Amino acid sequence: MATAQPKPRLTNAAREALTCYLFLLPWGLGFLAFVIGPVVASFVLGFMDYEIVTPARWVGLANYIELFTDDQRFGMSMGNTLYYVLVFVPFHVIIATLLALLLNQKARGIAVYRTLFYVPSIVPIVAGAILWVWILQPEWGLINSTLAMVGIEGPLWLASLTWSKPALILMALWGSGAAMIIVLAGLQGVPQHLYEAAEIDGANRWQRFQHVTIPMLSPTLFFILVLSVIASFQVFTTAYVMTGGGPAESTLFYMLYLYRRAFVLLDMGYAASMAWILFVAVLALTLVQFKLASRWVYYEAEQS
Amino acid sequence: MIRDQAVGPQSSREMHPSARGQPLRRLLERGGTQLLLALGAVVFALPFVWMVSTSLKADRQIFAFPPIWVPDPFIWGNFPAVFIYAPMHLYFFNTLLIALAHVFGAVFTCSLAAYGFARLRAPGRDLIFMVMVSQMMIPYIVMLVPLYLLFAELEWIDTFYPLTIPAMLGTPFYIFMLRQFFLTIPMELEEAAIIDGASRLRIWWTIVLPLAKPALATVAIFSFMFAWNDFTGPLIFLNSREKFTLSLGLQAFMFERRTMWGPLMAASTMMIMPILIVFFLAQKHFIQGIALTGIKA
Repeated sequence: MATAQPKPRLTNAAREALTCYLFLLPWGLGFLAFVIGPVVASFVLGFMDYEIVTPARWVGLANYIELFTDDQRFGMSMGNTLYYVLVFVPFHVIIATLLALLLNQKARGIAVYRTLFYVPSIVPIVAGAILWVWILQPEWGLINSTLAMVGIEGPLWLASLTWSKPALILMALWGSGAAMIIVLAGLQGVPQHLYEAAEIDGANRWQRFQHVTIPMLSPTLFFILVLSVIASFQVFTTAYVMTGGGPAESTLFYMLYLYRRAFVLLDMGYAASMAWILFVAVLALTLVQFKLASRWVYYEAEQS
Repeated sequence: MIRDQAVGPQSSREMHPSARGQPLRRLLERGGTQLLLALGAVVFALPFVWMVSTSLKADRQIFAFPPIWVPDPFIWGNFPAVFIYAPMHLYFFNTLLIALAHVFGAVFTCSLAAYGFARLRAPGRDLIFMVMVSQMMIPYIVMLVPLYLLFAELEWIDTFYPLTIPAMLGTPFYIFMLRQFFLTIPMELEEAAIIDGASRLRIWWTIVLPLAKPALATVAIFSFMFAWNDFTGPLIFLNSREKFTLSLGLQAFMFERRTMWGPLMAASTMMIMPILIVFFLAQKHFIQGIALTGIKA
């Protein structure tokens, strides 16, 4: 910038540091204003009673006490969410892995199949949700019409207490393609010489899969496992659009309940404490997964 | 189609080491693979076919049993009908505006920060980087309530600011991806420019950005798609109908006219199409995104 040099000169290192900070400044401002500030504020707000129209009032642990002892919807929405996570995540990981294994074969038209499996995962979630309401429609929807053709009377899906959550999970599994691509990249990164060595040692196909593919793939599987647990704890949009939490609150997930407390009832302090409970729960669960990872995730000594 | 060479840095063309058994067994295996692939393709593609087919059907065919796949005759009327119930052109424009702000943030602000993290030495830089990485792990919901109150204080509710300003200041995920890419660019080019006395800003603009085009395209597409698909943000920060995005407008449309399946499917088709076009034009960037996240492949 400055060409005239005689006056106060910064050392090169100082100038470089200053430039660095300037480059980071826009993100830094956003971080302070829209991330760290709100996170701290949300923590404080969790100990307050604040319903926008009335001034905020310090209530200590009252929100948390009410949540854990007096709020049936809190427990129910957490239960619904756990159901969703526990069913969705295993299916998600297994389907992504099976599809990736299929695509890792030599077969005709592999590129077309890869595209077909992947595309549903990039469909805008609201458009996908509306499409699935129609597919799951009990009388004329695609699924029940098809079942009726072979003489099975399909369930009421989104209108059924038993089937509403599985219906939402089914729709979410349609989007397993993104995870599939990640697993596929992992599979193609397994060095061929390991398979060859195993074959020379007389390992059959299943043994090669078990002792080469699975360990080499385990970091990838761990990665999608962690991410899908975090994401599915925050399931919101599909339930909001497709069921609105019903029938009889069978799809009232944690985020949906939190949304109602905050933006329908304007119970901001209460909602903030709910957000922190979710945050801490997901964080703890992630740490547990990392602890357990050493038992099944295989990391090469030297990373390439 | 998604190209092979784009998947992972060391992707190998010889994918199937055990395909050398006896001919008959191999034939069976191939046949089985093809069959499973075809079955999977049907399950994943049928919802789309059903959507487009419904959007082109007259009501009496929509509610027919057994289901009709090919409309007879083709009815285009569901598409213009959407505009009677919902100002889709307005939603489209609003969404595009917000998405472009996200793309701007990803390409310019994020690459600026990424360059700082990748190339410029400063005390505490690595600590700041760790902070930024951990920012990615904070669920949005933790910030949402105070953000709403902050934006209410600024009188930003029911404007596009809450959906654009934070994104224009940078998103950690894209900064992270771009930094990974910048680290792979050889330093010689920049060193020559430094010796010639070029400023860092100039180097970033004239040397690094042109070299980083593939990575910039990737983050541009990711940020565009995020903004295009986002529902929670618009739901919370927008109130008036004429400011709605496609996601929000489509949701409102369905909420009010739940049984108009022809127009609803036409509207969904219109929302999905731009994303599919972007995907088919720029597939390799989707795959590159995986490499840039640093997942070991």
